[in-house]
Amino acid sequence: MSFPWAEHYAPKHPLMRWVDEKLPLPRLVYNAVGAGYPVPRNLNYWWNFGVLAGLALVVQIVTGIILAMHYAANAGIAFVSVEQIMRDVNSGWMLRYAHSNGASMFLAVVYIHIFRGLYYGSYKAPREMVWLLGVVIFLLMMATAFMGYVLPWGQMSFWGAQVITGFFSAIPLVGEPIRELLLGGFAPDNAALNRFFSLHYLLPFVIAGVIILHIWALHIPGSNNPTGVDVKGPQDTVPFHPYYTSKDGMGAGVFFLIFALLVFFAPNLLGHPDNYIPANPLSTPAHIVPEWYFLPFYAILKAFTVNFLWIPAKLWGVMAMFGSILLLFFLPWLDKSPVRSSRYRPVYKWFFWALVADVVVLWYAGGSPAEEPYVRLGQFAAAYYFAHFLIILPIVSALEKPLPLPNSITEAVLGGEDEAAPIGLQQA
Amino acid sequence: MVRPIAFLVGCVFVFALVIAFVMPREKAEPNLVEKYHIEHVELPLASDGPFGKFDRQQLQRGFQVYKEVCSACHSLHLVAFRDLEAIGFTKPEVKAIAKNWATEVPDVNPDTGEPATRKAIPSDYFPAPYANEVAARAANNNALPPDLSLITKARHGGAPYVHALLTHYKEPPADLPASLKPPVGLHYNPVFANLNIAMPPPLVADGQVTYADGTKATVDQMATDVAAFLVWTAEPKLENRHRTGIAVVIFLLIATVLAYLSYRNIWADKKH
Repeated sequence: MSFPWAEHYAPKHPLMRWVDEKLPLPRLVYNAVGAGYPVPRNLNYWWNFGVLAGLALVVQIVTGIILAMHYAANAGIAFVSVEQIMRDVNSGWMLRYAHSNGASMFLAVVYIHIFRGLYYGSYKAPREMVWLLGVVIFLLMMATAFMGYVLPWGQMSFWGAQVITGFFSAIPLVGEPIRELLLGGFAPDNAALNRFFSLHYLLPFVIAGVIILHIWALHIPGSNNPTGVDVKGPQDTVPFHPYYTSKDGMGAGVFFLIFALLVFFAPNLLGHPDNYIPANPLSTPAHIVPEWYFLPFYAILKAFTVNFLWIPAKLWGVMAMFGSILLLFFLPWLDKSPVRSSRYRPVYKWFFWALVADVVVLWYAGGSPAEEPYVRLGQFAAAYYFAHFLIILPIVSALEKPLPLPNSITEAVLGGEDEAAPIGLQQA
Repeated sequence: MVRPIAFLVGCVFVFALVIAFVMPREKAEPNLVEKYHIEHVELPLASDGPFGKFDRQQLQRGFQVYKEVCSACHSLHLVAFRDLEAIGFTKPEVKAIAKNWATEVPDVNPDTGEPATRKAIPSDYFPAPYANEVAARAANNNALPPDLSLITKARHGGAPYVHALLTHYKEPPADLPASLKPPVGLHYNPVFANLNIAMPPPLVADGQVTYADGTKATVDQMATDVAAFLVWTAEPKLENRHRTGIAVVIFLLIATVLAYLSYRNIWADKKH
């Protein structure tokens, strides 16, 4: 894997030599996230977010496993069991707030990670597989987060489950039977809660498995970098450890600081008050809104308000919402520009920022009530979202004249200055 | 092939949205409630902010208001009598409060097995004033008094909303449209979402309760105290949370600075 000048694992201690002979696990770790993985020297802070996403998953799994020891997945007592975790379990309030806010932190760093990939062209050859696996992880995360939000069995849990499983009933003919099969009933109830709990416990481990594939696929071409230029030689890279472990350590510090501010001082900031009301199938909340991280997709769902081409509006909305994520699978083949980094793409760069603004507008429209001007705002932003990926991006990538690329990463970093050769390479 | 198909799909989605965009809208019903509804309310409490702590004297007063006024209709089923020790009541006091509680705890007669009731003990949760939802609705003009344990977390506006709701009962304004006039059995309250609430004004006169600590029991004071008490019932671990949070943030600040210095140190000879 990776580059010929990668450092080789040479255990010094006899015990590690013994382990390495029998099971080269330390070697695997060394080559994956240790000194054995050469990484471009010019990665900026936006490259911290992959490691942060991994950390967030670990936080979610650890807090989640402990919460599962106290939580009761039964529609009759789920709500009260969560409150007992908050009141009677030692530090239960901390675990529960860390888990609910941890989901927000996880999604937040993953969104930044995705936009970093979009800006620097990390989805392009030879890293298409890394990108595809990333989209799979994103889909799994969305499913896991949704099912986790159902577990406290509050009003938003129940009505969120009602709305989201309702997507399937939009499918002609078989939709309603599929929905009933998924829920184990005609409406969300004990059967749905139990299977959501089971899957909510399972999927994070599936995510962890796909993350391993994601990193494996990444290590074949090696990491992209802000110039998007390929690594040319040893002078372009540094070993992952200690260079990027130290940088990620700092990133982790900032990540946990923001996380701690949320958990300890604003634990319900990102939640919805209605979820502190026990689920009641007979009382629909005035506004059903998903968690903040689903709002852009919710806006796309709501934007389709007219029947068109004999397809009902609801089905359009559901197709568009799933389509808005599935189109990411085709991104490596939609963007034909040979240049990866937007630094050298004078036209695409502006469309990238337009997309960022568009997603922010979608997010705002998704959280607003279904009345003017929010509906039209959402419709405009949803149209631009599809236009960006399916129409503008392919055309821009064909017509755009990129800026001249630097010859190498080192040239870009040093800007023509000389660098004293590292001590090890100096001629005697 | 990918790009022509994508182009086509993109055009179809955009076209469907353009049609939806230009479609004329039905004229929205004017929102009559908005003009009378009070949206934003404030109530500074000792528990606010990152260093916030409960004012135990105030929580005890708030508990007294709950006990003497609210508990006639509203349950508090997530809070146990034993929890009252956390707001400054002694063990014997808690025992006495449980024993003298107006509603008894459902039990089973040990001799006959018949349903029975008994006096509460500290490990009991606050007994609900009504046996079940049907009884609660029957006694309240078909409205259900919500459980108050989580009310300050379950309403937009939190404790300030609870305080405002309790203090804003008044006669409907003269210009109120007929459709918004309170029907029989409902009461005008501009803080409530649709202006008309089933709960009759619970705090009607100054001195409705007699505070043991001598605080003057104005309506505003009672509403403030009970709102503060309900912040505690919704978030009893708030002080632990704030205290732990300060320690965690200080630790993380130091750790992050150290991590930054080690990062600078490791990269010192490497231009990047």
